[in-house]
Amino acid sequence: MMDGAKGFQDAQTGEQKIRNFNINFGPQHPAAHGVLRLVLELDGEIVERCDPHIGLLHRGTEKLMETRTYLQNLPYFDRLDYVAPMNQEHAWCLAIEKLTGTEVPRRAQLIRVLYSEIGRVLNHLLNVTTQAMDVGALTPPLWGFEEREKLMIFYERACGARLHAAYFRPGGVHQDLPDELVEDIDAWAKTFPEVLDDIDGLLTENRIFKQRNVDIGIVNEQEILDWGFSGVMVRGSGLAWDLRRAQPYECYDEFEFQVPVGKNGDCFDRYLVRMEEMRQSTHIIRQACEKLRRERGDVLARGKVTPPSRADMKTSMESLIHHFKLYTEGFHVPEGEVYCAVEAPKGEFGVYLVADGTNRPYRAKLRAPGFLHLQAMDHISKGHQLADVSAIIGTLDIVFGEVDR
Amino acid sequence: MPDTTQMTDALNELGGHIEARRPDCVAAWQVDHGELTVTVALANLPGFVEFIKTDATCRFSTLVDITAVDHPGRAKRFDVVYHFLSMYQNQRIRLRTLVREEDLVPSITGIHPSANWFEREIFDMFGILFSGHPDLRRLLTDYGFRGHPLRKDFPTTGYTEVRYDEVQKRVVYEPVKLVQEYRQFDFLSPWEGANYILPGDDKADEAKG
Repeated sequence: MMDGAKGFQDAQTGEQKIRNFNINFGPQHPAAHGVLRLVLELDGEIVERCDPHIGLLHRGTEKLMETRTYLQNLPYFDRLDYVAPMNQEHAWCLAIEKLTGTEVPRRAQLIRVLYSEIGRVLNHLLNVTTQAMDVGALTPPLWGFEEREKLMIFYERACGARLHAAYFRPGGVHQDLPDELVEDIDAWAKTFPEVLDDIDGLLTENRIFKQRNVDIGIVNEQEILDWGFSGVMVRGSGLAWDLRRAQPYECYDEFEFQVPVGKNGDCFDRYLVRMEEMRQSTHIIRQACEKLRRERGDVLARGKVTPPSRADMKTSMESLIHHFKLYTEGFHVPEGEVYCAVEAPKGEFGVYLVADGTNRPYRAKLRAPGFLHLQAMDHISKGHQLADVSAIIGTLDIVFGEVDR
Repeated sequence: MPDTTQMTDALNELGGHIEARRPDCVAAWQVDHGELTVTVALANLPGFVEFIKTDATCRFSTLVDITAVDHPGRAKRFDVVYHFLSMYQNQRIRLRTLVREEDLVPSITGIHPSANWFEREIFDMFGILFSGHPDLRRLLTDYGFRGHPLRKDFPTTGYTEVRYDEVQKRVVYEPVKLVQEYRQFDFLSPWEGANYILPGDDKADEAKG
């Protein structure tokens, strides 16, 4: 098959006709970050064409959401980008709050910011270290996953689940954080920069890591616009675009943080941006902990979309009825349509919600950043070596939960 | 949160600007929940997308999302909805166009290459055809899948199910068999609003009449 010479022989030159080589990458390849099937057309070792076949993890989330109540739909968001679950829930809650006009209490806003940033660290730790694994290093994932474990315990202590949190609710968060948890998160945030320095020491000046990442998968400003990139894919190329800064939601405008940008727009710069974003997130986490120590109060906007407090249910019949109605029928959202986006760790995660006034969404479209990034795979990997494909998949930061939905 | 009235004013201004520059394309526009929605006639869509991409006041150069909404009761059954973002003006816009089931929607892949997969997904999920699309294949559903799942008349359970057959040693496709009836509660109170006969109520009428 390789020579493709069957029946072809140029008598004068003796040349053989050479045919491009097609290979199938995945769907069960460790560097595919899930169930991605790539059909690659190679000219020698150079990628000529790359056709991603996605949908192997398609669960019909958007269809399922149309037959469930708003609250029942919330846990589906944990299962989209399962690396940073709460950031997705955030977008759903913001969309519902915008349509119902719910004002979130301040303590709940701070908790949301705190856990969104924990989600960002969770995501970047996974991405940076598995990127290192894709290009041949074994130690970074072991070091990074130890920290991820600690963060997932913070998830567990807040909501009872390490991954499928269902913690952000329309109108606030489900439970208040105990004081010890805030202190523990703060204590962790103090020690975390050292761990980052360690990972930094392993990778940043590592010869192999640089050889595999520098000048690989360069994207410029025009490509960013053409392919609809967001998040680190934009910032790696020098554009300081961050929704937390540009279109602040929740109470991000009160926090002090820098938006790191890269210079060259290659895989290595995106790695550096992710490392710096983890430091900035740690900075935000510490600020949020400081604010949470002083800010007391309720964590849910008590009203139609949220359950009554446990104590009210014991004394008030109306509260008991409300509780029962909320968890069976669910709340009704007024007719209308909104698009709400958050700066998820991977980029802009958006929800387009069409409500028809009933207890179920008429249509909900989930806009995943990874979907657009993977779409550009053919464009970015063209002309690269086969071995670079896995580095590019790593840097695109793809999780199939959100790409396939 | 930024001042909402200020944002709405800026969007109203933008909407007015777009309508003044392209009166032939804009069928209607409104600002709701701090978001600008422009309704565009189907035939003018690519020209209008090109216009808002290049116009200096708009510069909506990033395509955020394309999706569709199914309204089976309407003659123009589908809404095809486009979201754009301008990183330079820090604004968002939503375009809506109404589409009949048999209509061809002009593809905007020539203007925004990122529209490619979005249009494939809509073709897959709703069965809306795009003219001028380079490669209109199914995207998310199974190889050889039939039907368009996000249409309202497609059942949530689907039509086929798969299992591994121990005898044939391969995965086989079969029609869906539910072990219990598919349960979908409407939560309408029988005292207000429910307009169907509850099981057992029919007997009361028989006894009377």
